[in-house]
Amino acid sequence: MQMLNVENINVYYGQIHAVKDVSFEVNEGEIVCLIGSNGAGKSTVLKTVSGLLRSRTGCISFMGRDISKTEAFRLVSAGLAHVPEGRRIFLQMTVEENLQMGGYTAGKETDARIRDVYERFPRLKERRNQIGGTLSGGEQQMLAIGRALISAPKLLMLDEPSMGLAPILVSQIFEIIKELHAAGTTILLVEQNAEMALKIADRAYVLESGRIALSGSGADLARSDAIKKAYLGG
Amino acid sequence: MDFLSNLISGLSLGSIYALIALGYTMVYGIAKMLNFAHGDIIMVGAFAVIVCINTCGLPVWLAAVVSILCCIVLGVLIERIAYKPLRRSAPLTVLITAIGVSYLLQSVAQLVFGSEMHSFPKVISMPTIQIGELTIKGNALVTLVVSAVIMVVLTLFIGKTRMGKAMRAVSEDKDAAELMGINVNKTISVTFAIGSALAAVAGIFYGSTYGFIGPYTGSMPGIKAFVAAVFGGIGSIPGAMLGGLALGIIENLSKAYISTELSDAIVFGVLIIVLLFKPTGLLGKKIKEKV
Ligand SMILES: Nc1ncnc2c1ncn2[C@@H]1O[C@H](COP(=O)(O)OP(=O)(O)OP(=O)(O)O)[C@@H](O)[C@H]1O
Ligand SMILES: [Mg+2]
Repeated sequence: MQMLNVENINVYYGQIHAVKDVSFEVNEGEIVCLIGSNGAGKSTVLKTVSGLLRSRTGCISFMGRDISKTEAFRLVSAGLAHVPEGRRIFLQMTVEENLQMGGYTAGKETDARIRDVYERFPRLKERRNQIGGTLSGGEQQMLAIGRALISAPKLLMLDEPSMGLAPILVSQIFEIIKELHAAGTTILLVEQNAEMALKIADRAYVLESGRIALSGSGADLARSDAIKKAYLGG
Repeated sequence: MDFLSNLISGLSLGSIYALIALGYTMVYGIAKMLNFAHGDIIMVGAFAVIVCINTCGLPVWLAAVVSILCCIVLGVLIERIAYKPLRRSAPLTVLITAIGVSYLLQSVAQLVFGSEMHSFPKVISMPTIQIGELTIKGNALVTLVVSAVIMVVLTLFIGKTRMGKAMRAVSEDKDAAELMGINVNKTISVTFAIGSALAAVAGIFYGSTYGFIGPYTGSMPGIKAFVAAVFGGIGSIPGAMLGGLALGIIENLSKAYISTELSDAIVFGVLIIVLLFKPTGLLGKKIKEKV
């Protein structure tokens, strides 16, 4: 079943045409990956899906409902969560308060889900009263992901979750993504780390200067020569 | 004992500044703008009390409630009409708009009430207290106690409640807050509402302390409260409280012991010295971001 359907979106920053005629879909239960070099428009696509930016054309539907004009904050309770690029946790709030913000629309479920997140990330539990800004980069990324999980999303969009992390943490983050997927969450992943991303992706799209240049199954794209040259270092 | 009396009236004046400074700092924190019309809300609140009591004959408590409600509606409308469309504009554009709104409020007040001063009705009927040689004006005591209660309640609200935490989240990162499901527009409106309500309360105390209100009455306490907010660290709520109290005490003590004419100069001088040594204000903090 189709969960997210993006049809022909065009997004501008003033005069800059950042996303051009982009269409793609994410089916329920998939891991879909969006790769592309710096400035290709990956983050712009995610922000448009989550409602922070608007497309001038086309249509975005989530679970069969047109969301192209829905305000961003309303999409959270509809089941869409977006972990933005650069983590964007609340640096002056404690770990626990950050998680509570993640449950802003989750009501009574929040406390139980915070316990689940603590179980998944024991490090966060140890640091529950620590101020977000004093966490290490990896801990901040765990908090950013954990925070998004509190709303129990149907579709989790992750924007470069491995950015700036040591290799061991990168594999850990990918493990977590696989676990979340196994637990039934559909995932839309934006990554620079094309090699690891293509390995776990059911399908992938390659974005080049705002356009979708290629798409296919993760395994096919990983074997494609063009991809190897451009993104896999040979 | 004289000193103690002066200190207490300084604290009382300072708590008025603190109430106003809280509005400045909360709005700055959440909307990243200096709302220069904030001082004029005080004037509107005070005039609302004058009209309610002198013209409509309402009891004091009801006049206070009406005044607070008027200011809340006004503050929220100003944000919606004047500031919201500029949310992504340059800071200078917003600042000039805020100054424009300030002049607008003053001009409308002048049109309605004339440019002369109006005497403020007696709303606080607490007698002067005499303990040995210590004299405390009833007005000062009520101002001090009510402001203290308001500040405690506000601190708890921002620290502990869902809306208070949402306000902190929005002031840190609007997009991230929106992605949490927080209605950012509503949260900003609530902040303007709270700031304006505090300004109305400050207007009532200011009117009772000085006895007269005119269309331009709001600008001086407005500027001083802005100074207090910067002094304490703009954006910081305890900073605004501390800055307001410190300003009131410095002003009153310099009036009493140095010179009435120079008191304002001394107040601003102290601010400059503090900012030289601590550019972010007493409690302002620089956040280091991890990349
Ligand atoms: N706020 C903005 N104002 C103007 N231009 C922008 C803005 N944000 C992004 N752009 C431009 O839009 C294009 C796409 O940016 P985007 O952030 O979506 O790229 P990206 O694929 O996520 O890159 P990266 O991998 O570096 O994160 C870039 O050319 C960028 O310069
Ligand atoms: Mg990006």
